[in-house]
Amino acid sequence: MRTLALILALALPDLALAQGTGSTMPAQPDAGLIPPVDRPENWPLFPDPGQPRSVVSPTADPQAEQVVAGLSDSSVAITTSFDGSDILIYGAVRREAPVPEGELDVIVTIEAPSQPLTIWKKTRRAGIWVNTDRVEVGAAPSYYAVATTGPLDQILLPDWDNRYRISLPRVLRAFEGAIEVENSVPFTEALLRIRQQNGHYLLEEGAVTLVDDTLFRTDIRLPANLLEGDYRARIFLLREGQVIDAYSAAIEVRKVGLERWLYNLAFDQPLLYGLMSLAVAVFAGWGASAAFRKLRRA
Amino acid sequence: MQIYLPIAEVSVNAFTLMGLGGLVGVMSGLFGVGGGFLITPLLFFIGIPPAIAVATGANQVVASSVSGVLAHMKRRTVDFRMGGVLLAGGLAGSGLGVLVFNLLQRIGKVELVVQLCYVVFLGLIGAMMLQESLRALRRARLPSARRRLHQHNWVHRLPLKVKFRASGLYISVIPPLLVGVAVGVLAAIMGVGGGFIMVPAMIYLLGMPTKVVVGTSLFQITFVTAFTTLMHAVSYNTVDVMLALLLILGGVVGAQIGTTLGARLRAEQLRILLALLVLAVCGKLALDLFLTPDELYSITTRSR
Repeated sequence: MRTLALILALALPDLALAQGTGSTMPAQPDAGLIPPVDRPENWPLFPDPGQPRSVVSPTADPQAEQVVAGLSDSSVAITTSFDGSDILIYGAVRREAPVPEGELDVIVTIEAPSQPLTIWKKTRRAGIWVNTDRVEVGAAPSYYAVATTGPLDQILLPDWDNRYRISLPRVLRAFEGAIEVENSVPFTEALLRIRQQNGHYLLEEGAVTLVDDTLFRTDIRLPANLLEGDYRARIFLLREGQVIDAYSAAIEVRKVGLERWLYNLAFDQPLLYGLMSLAVAVFAGWGASAAFRKLRRA
Repeated sequence: MQIYLPIAEVSVNAFTLMGLGGLVGVMSGLFGVGGGFLITPLLFFIGIPPAIAVATGANQVVASSVSGVLAHMKRRTVDFRMGGVLLAGGLAGSGLGVLVFNLLQRIGKVELVVQLCYVVFLGLIGAMMLQESLRALRRARLPSARRRLHQHNWVHRLPLKVKFRASGLYISVIPPLLVGVAVGVLAAIMGVGGGFIMVPAMIYLLGMPTKVVVGTSLFQITFVTAFTTLMHAVSYNTVDVMLALLLILGGVVGAQIGTTLGARLRAEQLRILLALLVLAVCGKLALDLFLTPDELYSITTRSR
């Protein structure tokens, strides 16, 4: 099935192309954890991400190499028995000219919507461990995965990482409010460490297989404890540490069926939901004692 | 079988949950306790967020106390007037407790306070029960004189006296109201019914006869936990009905097994076992507070 998808992706680039939403151009880097960098003159510009990408680049100097890609699933349904999911991302490099010299690399990322969060640190107060110090982070994705063809620090230059926010530390956005601690670095390190341990942040170097500098594919694992939202997959083509093309596609992660219904009820009709929870409890309590009384009599 | 909980947004094994419910059900059948004080810490241990564990724990207690209070109503061992007074206090306390809970959540201390409450109360109750049952064991060997029904103390000098016929009492409504408030606050903060606090208070403080104590406390607990569940559901959307259902399913079956099992074991030994169990849970929670944790940092997400 996957081989078929791969062949399809190669044979029908337009079909694969249709699955994505177009090339990415990052928004202006907002004031974040990372100081802004000077932008070199020769940075290529990509079409606006909101616009569908035309097959022939409208710019006078078209990119020598472009990425076309597709996903095995453009949506993930969280059902009652949801136990994580694997997403296959495949694609190819489209060229008008012969393969240029040098190493070609591919980076694939999947990113969940961001949420604001607080990182707490415990210290010992009067013998017990208490949350005392905190750092507020304005936005951090609840899930973020990076898969690459090689070690990230060797295939991606820091400037380009800053520009596209590819590596894990770059994904965390601005701190919120006044920073109350002297050194916030251990806090963000802890955030990355905890989320990496529970599988919500992944860095899989070498997990993207690249064939003949043209075809690539990778599998990315989505964990069972997934939050719903509009996820985004990004694919970067790199040469000599510089991004030469980028591509993005949406993955819709949604609760479905009973999960959807209960969640909506709980947030839209909380009183009704609360009464329903009580009814379930009362009925179960009454039913069980009645049933067992009958059993004992029989 | 993994199951994705819609509100907690975590995936857990359905059989683990039913097993937990069943285990606590056996305890409640065996020892005649609601089991809320065991289920909430156990939910912490398997990684359910504390806010959801507490709210859902309250919902689970509704189920187990409904089935208990029905049995007591049949035996006419519920003092409705006393239950009503306790309930009025309980509802006020529960509303207060939910507010306090939300405040604690905002300043990131909810886990600490809930754990501290558990350590203190489980420690006290466990020690009291152990002492009491050891004494009972000794008394069984050396029979001595009967105690008086109840003694007159400061409780009987307060104003606003009311007759509680089923309990055979003529006392002020203030102490039962205060007991109700205290239990309501605990129900909201700890996700427990509070029977383990209320029963000793009713016997020793109010001087109620033992035969109506359990039924009356169950009557009050049913309504206070139901109100707490609603408050948590409406204000903070933290009741997970799927989680509650699995716990209840295991719990009701476990409770019946426990009741049958309890009939075959000796009461004093059972009570020592329960006391040891309560102390064990208390000890585990206390160690978490006092020992250096493996991970000093923790993450809480704000708003959805």
